[in-house]
Amino acid sequence: MSPTSAGVLFIASLMVALAAAYAPVGDYLYRVLTGARHSRVERGVYRVVGVNPDGEQTWSGYARAVLAFSAVSVLFLYVFLRLQNHLWLSLGRPPVRPDQAWNTAVSFTTNTDWQSYAAESTMGHLVQMAGLTVQNFASAAVGIAVAAALVRGFARSRTTLVGNFWVDLVRVCLRVLLPVAVIGALLFVAAGAVQNLSAGRDAHTLAGATQHVPGGPVASQEVIKEFGTNGGGFYNANSAHPFENPTAWTNWLQVFLLMVVAFSLPRAFGRMVGDNRQGLAIAVIMAILAIGSVVAVNAFQVAHRGTVPQAVGAAAEGVEVRFGVPQSATFAAATTLTSTGAVDSVHDSYTALGGAIPLANMMLGEVAPGGTGSGLYGILVLAVITVFVAGLMVGRTPEYLGKKIGAREVKLASLYFLTTPALVLVGTGAAMASTWARASMLNSGPHGLSEVLYAYTSAANNNGSAFAGLTADTSWYNTTLGAVMLVGRLLPILLVLGLAGSLAAQQPVPPSAGTLKTHQPLFVGMVVGVVLVLVALTYLPALALGPLAEGL
Amino acid sequence: MSTMAPKVPPVAQLPPPRGPDRVRGGLLDPRQLIRSLPDALRKLNPATLRRKPVMFIVEIGSVFTTVLAMLHPTVFAWLTTGWLWLTVVFANLAEAVAEGRGKAQAETLRRANRATVARRLRGWRPGDGGSGDGRNGDGRGDEEAVPAQLLRPGDIVVVEAGDVIPGDGDVVEGIASVDESAITGESAPVIRESGGDRSAVTGGTKVLSDRIVVRITQKPGESFIDRMIALVEGANRQKTPNEIALNILLAALSIIFLLAVATLQPLAIYSKSVQAFASDTEALTRHGVSGIVLVSLLVCLIPTTIGALLSAIGIAGMDRLIQRNVLATSGRAVEAAGDVNTLLLDKTGTVTLGNRQANEFTPVDDVDEKVLADAAQLSSLADQTPEGRSIVVYAKQRYGLRERQIHCATWVPFRAATRMSGVDLDEDGQVRRIRKGAAGAVLKWVRDNGGHTSDHVATVVDGISASGGTPLVVAEARQDRPARALGVIDLKDVVKTGMRERFDAMRRMGIRTVMITGDNPLTARAIAAEAGVDDFLAEAKPEDKMALIKREQEGGKLVAMTGDGTNDAPALAQADVGVAMNTGTSAAKEAGNMVDLDSDPTKLIEIVEIGKQLLITRGALTTFSIANDIAKYFAIIPAMFVAVYPGLAALDIMRLHSPTSAILSAVIFNALIIVALIPLALRGVRYTPSSAAALLRRNLLVYGLGGIVAPFIGIKLIDLIIQLIPGI
Repeated sequence: MSPTSAGVLFIASLMVALAAAYAPVGDYLYRVLTGARHSRVERGVYRVVGVNPDGEQTWSGYARAVLAFSAVSVLFLYVFLRLQNHLWLSLGRPPVRPDQAWNTAVSFTTNTDWQSYAAESTMGHLVQMAGLTVQNFASAAVGIAVAAALVRGFARSRTTLVGNFWVDLVRVCLRVLLPVAVIGALLFVAAGAVQNLSAGRDAHTLAGATQHVPGGPVASQEVIKEFGTNGGGFYNANSAHPFENPTAWTNWLQVFLLMVVAFSLPRAFGRMVGDNRQGLAIAVIMAILAIGSVVAVNAFQVAHRGTVPQAVGAAAEGVEVRFGVPQSATFAAATTLTSTGAVDSVHDSYTALGGAIPLANMMLGEVAPGGTGSGLYGILVLAVITVFVAGLMVGRTPEYLGKKIGAREVKLASLYFLTTPALVLVGTGAAMASTWARASMLNSGPHGLSEVLYAYTSAANNNGSAFAGLTADTSWYNTTLGAVMLVGRLLPILLVLGLAGSLAAQQPVPPSAGTLKTHQPLFVGMVVGVVLVLVALTYLPALALGPLAEGL
Repeated sequence: MSTMAPKVPPVAQLPPPRGPDRVRGGLLDPRQLIRSLPDALRKLNPATLRRKPVMFIVEIGSVFTTVLAMLHPTVFAWLTTGWLWLTVVFANLAEAVAEGRGKAQAETLRRANRATVARRLRGWRPGDGGSGDGRNGDGRGDEEAVPAQLLRPGDIVVVEAGDVIPGDGDVVEGIASVDESAITGESAPVIRESGGDRSAVTGGTKVLSDRIVVRITQKPGESFIDRMIALVEGANRQKTPNEIALNILLAALSIIFLLAVATLQPLAIYSKSVQAFASDTEALTRHGVSGIVLVSLLVCLIPTTIGALLSAIGIAGMDRLIQRNVLATSGRAVEAAGDVNTLLLDKTGTVTLGNRQANEFTPVDDVDEKVLADAAQLSSLADQTPEGRSIVVYAKQRYGLRERQIHCATWVPFRAATRMSGVDLDEDGQVRRIRKGAAGAVLKWVRDNGGHTSDHVATVVDGISASGGTPLVVAEARQDRPARALGVIDLKDVVKTGMRERFDAMRRMGIRTVMITGDNPLTARAIAAEAGVDDFLAEAKPEDKMALIKREQEGGKLVAMTGDGTNDAPALAQADVGVAMNTGTSAAKEAGNMVDLDSDPTKLIEIVEIGKQLLITRGALTTFSIANDIAKYFAIIPAMFVAVYPGLAALDIMRLHSPTSAILSAVIFNALIIVALIPLALRGVRYTPSSAAALLRRNLLVYGLGGIVAPFIGIKLIDLIIQLIPGI
C-alpha cells in the first residue's frame, strides 16, 4: 500500500468509526448526564464527600463548586510535586521546582497538560499515577459537567437550577472515563505498551553505548490521556514513543479516542434539548472544520514544494517513520482540533504552512470538536454569537433553541470569545517584548515567533501541545503560561455557567416560520464562516509575522 | 313617547384600505447631507461621542494621528489623518440626517402647540351645557379664561367652533367635528363625541363645528403633542434591547481588534530586528509600526460601518413609523413588533369593511316575504347603525318599500343586555311590537310573549351563520296574539380586498393571525375562512381577549393587538404591542404603546414589518461591516510588512500601487462606505415577508458575500485614483 492510500484509509476509517460512534456514545452520555439513579459506588462517594446527590445547584453554586474543586486540585497537585522526594515510588527524583510545579499543577487541572519537563526524568511513578493521571480523569469530567450545565440551560425553562456539579463529575468519571480507560489500557498492553512500576533498566545498544530505558505505568495513563483530551505523555516523546504508542493501529486508536467524546457530545446535547437535528448540526459544524483542517495539514505536508520533501515524497522531518507522514499529519490535526495536545511527531519541524494549521486549529478556540465538554460549550457559545447576527438578519430578536439572545447573553458570549484571544495576544506580545523570553526561542525570525505564538495559543486554549523548539522550562514561561492556562480555563467556564443560568431562567419562545432554523445547512455554513472569519480577523496580523511570513 | 328620531353622529370615514404595498422609506435628499453638516461637526464633542464606543475609538485615534502628523508631516500622514477625521464626521452626519427629518416634523407640531386660552368651566355638572345650543345660563355663568398651560387634569373646559382645543382630554358632553390635521396630516375632519369610543380629543387640534365640553386628562407639558414632539426629535431616545446587545458585541469586537493591533507592535519590532537588511518604510521602522498605520489598521478593523450607522438606523426606524402616522412610545415597542408571534385583529374594520349589509330576507313558517320585509324595514327605520340602514336600503331595492315617517311609534334601541332592537307601533289602537336581533335573544322574546318557535328558524339561522352571515331574527307580537318569528335577515360581512394575501404573508413570516369577533362561532368560522386568518375567537368579550393574550404570553409568545375602546385598555396594556386608534378613548391611548393617527387597524401589519426591517437592517450592516475587514487585511497587512518579508506580497491580491496607497485606500474606503450606506440605513434594508431561511439566505448573500467582495473592488478603485497623488 502506498503511503498516500494508507493515509487516505487512515482518515476514511476514522471518519466512519466516529460517525458510527456518534449515536451510541452520545446516547450513552445523555443517559449518564440525565439519569435519575445513582449506583451504590456513587452513593458511597457522595456520602464520603458529603453531597446530596438529588439537590441541584444554581449556576453560581455550580460555578463555586467548579472553582473550589479546581483550587483544591491545583493545590494538591502542587504540594504533591513539591514533596515528591518524600513519596513512595519517587525513583529518587528531587522535588519539582516551584515554578515548574505551579505550571504543571495548573496544566493538568485545566485539561491542558502542557509539559515543560521531560516526564520520565522528572516525575516519580506515584506522582504520575496519583497526581497527574487523576487529574486526567477529573479535568476531563469537569469539562463535560460544565457543558452539561450549559445544555441544561438551553433545555430547561424558568428555573434557576442547572444541575449538580458533584453528580456530573462523579458519574462521568465512574461511568464513562474509568471503564474505557481500563479496557483501553488492556488493549494498549496487548499492543506492546509498557505497564509496570519498574525504574527502568539499562540496555546496551548495537553501537556499544549504554542507554537507560525507563519503565512505568504507561498504558494506564495512555488511554485517559487521549480519551479525556489531556495529552500529557508519560514520556517526553509522547505518542511518538514506542512504549506509549507501539504500533500503527494504536496510533489509529489514539486518534479515535481523543475525538470520540467531543464528537459524540453534540448527540447528547441534541437529546437533552429534545431535537436530535440540533445536535447533528453542531456535530456537522465540527466535522466540516475538522475535515478541512486534516486535509490542509496533509496537503501541506505531502505536497510541499521544498527540495527534500519532493525528493522523499513528503515533508518527513520530525515524523515518526513507524507511522508515516499522512498518519502523523492527521494525528497533529486531531490533537490540536481537540484540546488534547498529545503528539506523535514534532510540529516544529512541519512545513511553515503545515505547522500553521495546528496553530490555527487551536486558534479556533478548540471547538472542532474541541476538548471533552469544552468543545461543546465552546461551539455553543460561537453558535450563540452567530445566532445573534443571523437572528437580526431575519428580523426577530435572536433566539437559539427558543431562548432569546439578549444583552446579557451577548455580553457573556462576547466575553467568552474575547478571553482566549486576549490571553494569546497579550502573552505573545509581552513575550516578544521581553529579551528574556525571546532567549528561549530555538529559531530566530518568523519560525521563532511561531514557537512563542504557538506556546501561548496552546496554553490559552488548554491544548498543551508544544511546537517544540521553545525552551519553555524557564521561570518566565512556567509562570506566565501557568497563569494563561488557568485564566483560559476558568474564566470561560464561569462565563459559560453564567450563560447557562441566564438561559435556564428564560421562558422559551415557541418556534414559528419566522424563527431562524438552527439545524439547517444554511446555519451550519454560517457558523463555520463566523468561526473562520472571527479567527482570521483576530489572529491574522500575528500569523502574518509567523508562519505566513515563513511560508509565503 | 317620542317621535323624534335620535340624533346619530355621522360615521367617521375610515381611510380606504391600503393595498399590500411594502414598507418603503423616504429617499435621501443630498441637500439633507449638507444641511446636517453643522450638526455633524457639533457631534464631534467627545462627551456626545462617548455614547458610541466604536466611533469614540476612531476619534481618539484621529487626535493621536493629528499629533503624529504635526510632528512628522508627510503627505501620507496628513491625508490619512484627514480621512480618519472624515470617518467620524460621516458617522455623525448619518445620525444628524436621521434626526434632521424628525426636526422638521417637530416644527409643524410646535406650531399647533402654541399657547392657547382655555375657557374653563367651574362647578360644571353633567347636563349643564349639553343641549346642543349650549347657551343656557348655567354653563356660561361660571366660565373663566385661563392660559392653556395652567390647565390641570380634571379641569372642565368648553370649546366651540373655531377654537383650538387647549389640552388632551375626553369629551364629556356634546359632539363636534374636529380638524386633527395638525397631528395626523389628514385634512378631513373627524367626529368627537361624549361617551363611547370616540371621546378623546387632542390639545392643539381645532373644533370646526358645534360645541363640546372637555375634561382635561393631561398635565401641561405632558400632552400628546408634547410627547409627539419629543418622540420625533428623538430627544430622550433610549437604546432598545437589541441595540444594547449589538453594542456589546461591537464593543467586544473592538476590544479584540484593539488587542490584535496593540500586541502587533512587539511582534513587528522583533521581526524588523531579525530582518536587518530590510529598509525602513513609512509604515515600519526599527521602532516598530508607525502610529498612523497602527491607528489606520485599527480603524479599518473595528466595525465602524455599523458603529457609525447604528443610531441612525434606530432613529430612521421610528421615523418610518411616524411617516405612516404611527407614534410609538418607545423603540422597545417597535422592536417588539418585529418579534410578534400572534396578531389579534378585530374583525370589524380590520378584516371586514366594518358594516355588515343586508343580503337576504328569509321568511319562516309560511310568513309572506313582503310581511317580513315590511317588519324588517319598520324595525330599522330609526336604526342608524350601518346594518340598520342597509336593511332599509335592501327593503327598498328588493321590495320597493319606501322609507316612511311613522308616528305614534316608540323606538326600542339596541341594548347589550337585550341584544335586540325594534319598535312599538300603535296601529289603530292596537299595539304591534316588532323586534329584531340576535337569534337567541329574539326567540326568547317570542317565547316570553306566548309564542313558540319552530325548528325552521333555527335551520335558517344556522344556514346563514355557516355561510358567514349574521342572522338577525325578526319577530312581531300583536296585542292579544302570541308572538311569532317572521323570518331572518342575512347580514353579510364584506371582507376587505387584499386581506388574504396579507395574512398569507404573515403566515410566511411565522405570525399567527387571530380574528376577534362578537359573532357566534359559525359566523366567525366562515369569515375567518374567507379572510384566511389562522384562528378566531368568537363571541368575544373584553375579558376573553385579555385571557387569550395572557394564554399566548404564557407560552412565550408576543402578542400584538389594536383597540380603541376603554374596555380594550387592559388588553392593550397587557399586549406586547398595543396599537391604540387615535379616534379611541384616552384610556386606550394611554394603555397602548403605539397610537395610530389614521385609526387604521390594518396598520398593525405594517408596524410588524417596520419592526422586522429595523432589526434586519442592523444585522445586515453588522455582517457587512465585519465581512469588509477581510479585504482590508489583504490591503494593509502586506503593506505593513512586505519590506520585511517580501513573501507577504502574495497576500496583496489587489496589486495595489504602494504600501502607503494601500493603507490610505483602505482608510478612504472605510470612510466612504459610511456615506454610501446612509441612504440604506435611513430607508432600511428591503424587506419582503418570507420565511426566516429565505431572508437569511438573501441577506447573507447580499451583505455577507457582498461585504466580502465590495471592498476588494472599492479599495482597488480608490487606489487607482490616489496613486496619482505625489508622495503616495
